[in-house]
Amino acid sequence: MIGERPNEMRTPMRRVRGLGAAHAGTKDFWHQRVTAVAGIPLTIAAVVIVIALLGRSHAAVVQILGSPIVAIIMLLFIINTAYHMWIGMQEIILDYVHEDKVKLATLMANTFFCFAVAFASAFAILKLSFGV
Amino acid sequence: MAELEAGATKGPQRPRPISPHLQIYRPMLTMMMSIVHRITGAALYFGMLLLAWWLIAAASGPNAYANVEWFMGSLIGRVVLFGYTWALIHHTLGGIRHLIWDTLHGLEPAERELLTLATIVGSVSLTLVIWIVGYMAMGGPR
Repeated sequence: MIGERPNEMRTPMRRVRGLGAAHAGTKDFWHQRVTAVAGIPLTIAAVVIVIALLGRSHAAVVQILGSPIVAIIMLLFIINTAYHMWIGMQEIILDYVHEDKVKLATLMANTFFCFAVAFASAFAILKLSFGV
Repeated sequence: MAELEAGATKGPQRPRPISPHLQIYRPMLTMMMSIVHRITGAALYFGMLLLAWWLIAAASGPNAYANVEWFMGSLIGRVVLFGYTWALIHHTLGGIRHLIWDTLHGLEPAERELLTLATIVGSVSLTLVIWIVGYMAMGGPR
């Protein structure tokens, strides 16, 4: 890459700063680590909650999932996971999709998917918590 | 080879040398686990649909919830859930390994092999433990 444009006046540092394949610098790299660390206890908690709900009646599941502590843990798990998987899928797309239009479309689809899954799940938990 | 010969006939415009890619290298555990980490991540990405379906069904009512329970209890549902459990545990353990490597620890040849082996052995064992505990919580297999 370097030396590709010999008339380029900008230094490599200037070109790298704030850019990269996603034009977002190292922000995504760092946020992926932050959500990974948060994901460890949240995943353990979510697995425990799911096991505890196995085989229970609908009424019991509604009551437990809607209780404040369980609902808050599930909400944190979902939002954290949705952000983590949004960055992860973006990285996969940037690695394998090189055609600009397809790249743009798949990146957009990734964003739509993650928002839809996160909001649908979060809405379900809030509905269970607040009733009606 | 055909490309090479075709390129050779054009005189100076011979094909550029390319760097070795995946198929050149001998498969190693660290490399396989790196690939599996990405595959499990992508699988979990779509697996979140199952969690969303379960939550939405619970919020919708007893009938919708019964549908989810029927699917999760079916043979296909159990196989999918078992794979989901393993992928989740494996990706989590693989993530912890990567976080350790991020701190520049465990990168010596023997250490990284051990960490990688621990990921796969740990994920399989933990998945089995979780399913045994899960069946016990439900009062035995049914």
